[in-house]
Amino acid sequence: MSMSAQQDAPKAPPGFLRRLLRSPSGAIGLGIVLLLLFFAIFAEMLAPYNPNKMGAGGRFLPPGGKHLLGTDEFGRDMFSRILFGSRITLLIGAVAVGISLTIGMAVGMIAAFRRGWIEAILMRSTDVLFSFTETLIALSFVAVLGPSLQNAGIAVGVAGIPFYARTCYAAALVETSKPYFEASISAGARPARLVMVHLLPNVLPTMIVVATLGVSTAILAAAGLSFLGLGAQPPTSEWGYMLAGSRDYINRAPWLMTIPGIAIAITVLGFNLLGDGLRTSLDPVERK
Amino acid sequence: MNALLSVTNLSVSLGDTTLVESIAFDLEPGEVLCIVGESGSGKSMTAKALMGLLPPKAAAQGKAMFDGMNLLSEEVTPPRGTGIGLIFQEPMTALTPVLTIGLQLTEALETHGLCQKDEAYERAVAMLERVGIPEPETRMRQYPHELSGGMRQRVVIAMMMLLGPRVLIADEPTTALDVTVQAQILDLLREIVRDTQIGLILITHDMGVVAEMADHVLVMRAGKAEEFGKVAEIFSAPKAAYTRDLLDAVPRIDSISIREDVASDVLLSAQNISKTFNMRGSLFAGQRGQKALDDVSLDIQRGETLALVGESGSGKTTLGHVIARLTDAEAGKVLMNGTDLTALSGRALQAERRAVQMVFQDPYASLDPRQSIGRTIAEPMIIHESLSKDERQSRVFDLLEKVDLSPDAARRYPHEFSGGQRQRIAIARAIAARPTLVVADEPTSALDVSIQARVLDLLDALKRSEKLTMLFISHDLAVVRQIADRVAVMRNGRILEMGPASALFADPKHPYTRALIDVAPVPDPTRKHGVRPVLKGDYPVGPLSEVSAGHWVAA
Repeated sequence: MSMSAQQDAPKAPPGFLRRLLRSPSGAIGLGIVLLLLFFAIFAEMLAPYNPNKMGAGGRFLPPGGKHLLGTDEFGRDMFSRILFGSRITLLIGAVAVGISLTIGMAVGMIAAFRRGWIEAILMRSTDVLFSFTETLIALSFVAVLGPSLQNAGIAVGVAGIPFYARTCYAAALVETSKPYFEASISAGARPARLVMVHLLPNVLPTMIVVATLGVSTAILAAAGLSFLGLGAQPPTSEWGYMLAGSRDYINRAPWLMTIPGIAIAITVLGFNLLGDGLRTSLDPVERK
Repeated sequence: MNALLSVTNLSVSLGDTTLVESIAFDLEPGEVLCIVGESGSGKSMTAKALMGLLPPKAAAQGKAMFDGMNLLSEEVTPPRGTGIGLIFQEPMTALTPVLTIGLQLTEALETHGLCQKDEAYERAVAMLERVGIPEPETRMRQYPHELSGGMRQRVVIAMMMLLGPRVLIADEPTTALDVTVQAQILDLLREIVRDTQIGLILITHDMGVVAEMADHVLVMRAGKAEEFGKVAEIFSAPKAAYTRDLLDAVPRIDSISIREDVASDVLLSAQNISKTFNMRGSLFAGQRGQKALDDVSLDIQRGETLALVGESGSGKTTLGHVIARLTDAEAGKVLMNGTDLTALSGRALQAERRAVQMVFQDPYASLDPRQSIGRTIAEPMIIHESLSKDERQSRVFDLLEKVDLSPDAARRYPHEFSGGQRQRIAIARAIAARPTLVVADEPTSALDVSIQARVLDLLDALKRSEKLTMLFISHDLAVVRQIADRVAVMRNGRILEMGPASALFADPKHPYTRALIDVAPVPDPTRKHGVRPVLKGDYPVGPLSEVSAGHWVAA
């Protein structure tokens, strides 16, 4: 590459959004996620009815007509409930992943950076947590904190920490062993600088991808807790809780179960596709 | 004599870009043709075209007549294995790690329907013996990872030769190997060519290997043939300007370099350093150790370039890391201007360690991909000096100029630069800390010869202008010959010989040093080696004693 070429090269990561949109999965995923965000933000304006108002129409009305997605056993408008539910779903996904990501990354980076006994303690305790299924950890957390939407979010977040910690640890180990890291140590960089200036920016792309994929896991786990009655409490229109509530009417009104199910599926699909797209587009331009 | 392989007008194109353009050569039985060129010259692509192994979308035109068929024609599948064999740089890529050597050798014979199972076994054992592998019957039951790199390459050669090809293409077959092993593999290839009268196409970047091996040479650059001719003519009277440049850029072990004497004034003194690498002890495994450094002592004089030479596993890189305090030694001291670096920690260490800076081997991993070049070079200043933003920037521009890069490089990111440019940026970062000692760990071994020459010149010039002392770690004696004032030869964690470069190269005292100098390929076809003595593992490793002024040898 000649020195004069690419005078106005964009700052890294160059053309990131364009690369994301060029991959079909990235474009579709981003579309779904943006649409969900739109629904969540403007739920009040978009919803034709108050989601918790009973008897807005008849009970068990099938989809179509005045009620786009029908009504439930209390005559509440399903479309409005789904719209408001997207708000809760996204929020719980964000909270849970936020908790897993911040604590997990801190644990992983400290372990990889400090090595020695700190590494041993942090990573072995991660291993211990790893040997329980995430649902079990989340369940025991809710059991202690008490069932509520907020606690479900915290529980799912805590349950996810080992996975994020281990992924971040692996990524950080790779970076700390590279010569550029040693060069900074030689230059006299102190730990805070090494972590914030060199380590964090280099593990972050990996972790963003992991977190995006993790949003869908968190949403599923939170929906699972709500389904068991340990998350959202009535009359909240959380999708998992809606699934649980409609269990008894599966023969009489199958759409009550199908619609929240499809909503969850589309959301999970959206985040998975976006994560996939991010993975390819965040790949460093290093080494052809 | 009729040519085995006759290539005319060979071109390879990928879409609209031409990768290789009108290559022509003849290969006769018992002949070695070397294709030499730097990375991106199209030498490997030419070989791939002959084997019909071009990447999808790439297309070959022209004629390559072998056994009455045109290998480049789309209807023809080249007789891989039985007609033309291929040997890669990294022997592991040609061997499956999950199958035994024996299975892989006999399988090749059986799939090609050359013989039955029992016979295949016997032929495989005989071939292993033929390529110089001791205890061939035991090897048949072993897996590739149980063998050393050199042994693996022998297995690959055996595998190819079993199928009885008439042309063998070897793509950088010794580049991943140590010099002493390289010499043995080259000897083996030459022997095979002589005994079986096959034609060998040897692809290499190393003019020394060319001089040792070639009958004819094809010099390639940017997909074109620069020159084709007999090896003696290429070396004694190169016609193309590029060939001359290439030959000039090659460092020579037999060159006479005049280095000024350095006054005795110890800058850094490493004393009785020992370091053992633990096979990372898990909870249940006992501590097993690999001695990387075994009671090594070494003084570096102010203003000199001391070269640390050795093969892989000799401990030379570990010693460099210990001196830069990137690795902690178990025993011993590193005294820098009288201060023991190994005793420092925390802020005191951070302040002292700027005096020792490193330049690393891998130009791709030695720059933070998410930092602009300007920020990378400015880092030592941010840490140690309180400069205003403008002062810092002008110093960055200054440093960039010193390493022959334009100031606008500061705004850009590592991926926008070539390997050679990155290595120059890494050098700028090292001197930005205003060090007194620079530890350069194989700084040019990942670079092409012409770029290597530039980086070496730059290091040497900076050493003078910045009044630096340099510890130069390398496996390449020819490079060391060019740059070093003093040389220390290491093997298995010990220093075996140490002395002024002139004395050590002219009159090596230790048998291992002699062997190293002996096997290094010299880019001069008139000085071809005969069959070399096989290197045995046992050398004197006792304490060093002085044989002449400043020249120490292990007894």
